[in-house]
Amino acid sequence: MAGRQTGDVIVDVRNISLRFGGVKALSDITFDVREHEIRAIIGPNGAGKSSMLNCINGVYQPQEGAISLRGKTFSKMNPHQVAEMGVARTFQNLALFKGMSVLDNIMTGRNLKMKTNLFQQALRWGAAEREETAHRRVVENIIDFLEIQAYRKTPVGKMPYGLQKRVDLGRALAMEPQVLLLDEPMAGMNVEEKQDMSRFILDVNDEFGTTIVLIEHDMGVVMDISDRVVVLDYGRKIGDGSPDEVRNNPDVISAYLGTVH
Amino acid sequence: MGSFLETLFGGLMVGMLYSLIALGFVLIYKASGVFNFAQGAMVLFAALAMARFAEWIPKLTGLEDKFLGNTIAFALAALVMVVLAWLIQKLVLGKLVNQEGITLLMATLGITYFLEGSGQALFGNDIYKIDIGMPKDPIFILDGSFPGGLLVNKEDLYAAVIAAVLVALLAIFFQKTATGRALRAVADDHQAAQSIGIPLDRIWVIVWSVAGIVALVAGVIWGSKLGVQFSLSLVALKALPVVILGGLTSIPGAIIGGLIIGVGEKLSEIYLGPHLGGGIEIWFAYVLALAFLLVRPQGLFGEKIIDRV
Repeated sequence: MAGRQTGDVIVDVRNISLRFGGVKALSDITFDVREHEIRAIIGPNGAGKSSMLNCINGVYQPQEGAISLRGKTFSKMNPHQVAEMGVARTFQNLALFKGMSVLDNIMTGRNLKMKTNLFQQALRWGAAEREETAHRRVVENIIDFLEIQAYRKTPVGKMPYGLQKRVDLGRALAMEPQVLLLDEPMAGMNVEEKQDMSRFILDVNDEFGTTIVLIEHDMGVVMDISDRVVVLDYGRKIGDGSPDEVRNNPDVISAYLGTVH
Repeated sequence: MGSFLETLFGGLMVGMLYSLIALGFVLIYKASGVFNFAQGAMVLFAALAMARFAEWIPKLTGLEDKFLGNTIAFALAALVMVVLAWLIQKLVLGKLVNQEGITLLMATLGITYFLEGSGQALFGNDIYKIDIGMPKDPIFILDGSFPGGLLVNKEDLYAAVIAAVLVALLAIFFQKTATGRALRAVADDHQAAQSIGIPLDRIWVIVWSVAGIVALVAGVIWGSKLGVQFSLSLVALKALPVVILGGLTSIPGAIIGGLIIGVGEKLSEIYLGPHLGGGIEIWFAYVLALAFLLVRPQGLFGEKIIDRV
């Protein structure tokens, strides 16, 4: 999208290779993400998109290469440490806390920001009470932002799929992340739901200045909202650039449509 | 009618204690997917610690006040259980993250023998008394409605109240505190919990500590009733049918399952016993659980597991 101001490199992926036994999921992937940009990773099924995201998130540890966040390089990190560095994510197959209400689900996203200890909470000491109220206010803003006020107390397992996806996004937003990783945020949605989700993603990027890395299957949506696109196929990078550049890249066209003979 | 109600009350009170032990299983299973075979050994270990601390404290410090002595002993025993939880997480389960359920089960089997052995080595292997001043005398209630009233064992009544209070406290802890919320989150989805920065390690230590303290309360109550001895660790076997009945993943299930087993045992002993030659109380719970497995394998409140084929 034209006109968006992007800043310095915030996530730098250098020569990442990831193997599962003999299977090479990613080979020698290099790209960067700039501050405040919407960066998409696309590719056909099994291209290694989710593996790539899981590497950034610390779920997988690549055998080769390194990833740096704001100039800090790491090769072995767990998801908890990555979360502490200000990276939040959503999941392709909803990984919400199904038995809990929308409010509680999003409140868990505040976990890292909670400072009071177990005993203060158990006794409901002043500090714990004040803290809970302050976090609740942030969470209420997120609920308003995502337009799910009516579902505040509903167990998420009982909500329509499209709305559960919003709760997943809400929980990640509650962490006030610098970088937000979205794993197929529009998978399984109808056109209207996709439009809503696109709007939320653009608003998050716009209002909070959050950098967004997004995996998506639906080419149309990606081309509309992304600043730059990385294309993966069979674990290799076959294209990288603006949506227009990628769209006209012959390798990308053949990966998606098959080779023209 | 009077004797029916007496039996019912008796069953409810024993059931409350079964619930307490079943709760230990459920807490750990829910949060970490580990079926903790060592729950019974934890009850024994905790009760031994409590009994001996209560004995040693007056001896070493010359403390006269029995209530104060017992309170300090309880606090120390609780501390022991928390340290134990931390050690189990650091030395055993922390190394086995993402292993198969059967591996974890075997690990807890190992912990069982370790706790039974080290508990008796540290605290002795005699029969010890826990005297927390529970009244032993029976009382009669509702003597207006029934001739002679209903005989209720005061000790059982107190025990049931203590168990109920503990359950209520746990419910508040889980529902109302931020840590409780994090615990529920971990119970629902490990991966998601980790991605929002909930440290699994710490949560598991907390869960094992809570289960340890629940074991302590159960151990103190059973111990003051029956004396603290090795057979206490077998009480946990009675909790297995309870978790099958209530569902391994449900806290209300553990409580209601315990009550059903407690009441079922007593009623069947009175009403079926004479026809089957008595001794029903020993096996009734298991048969009930078996019958339940055929009809509802996930238990009364357990999550039904639907696999995509």
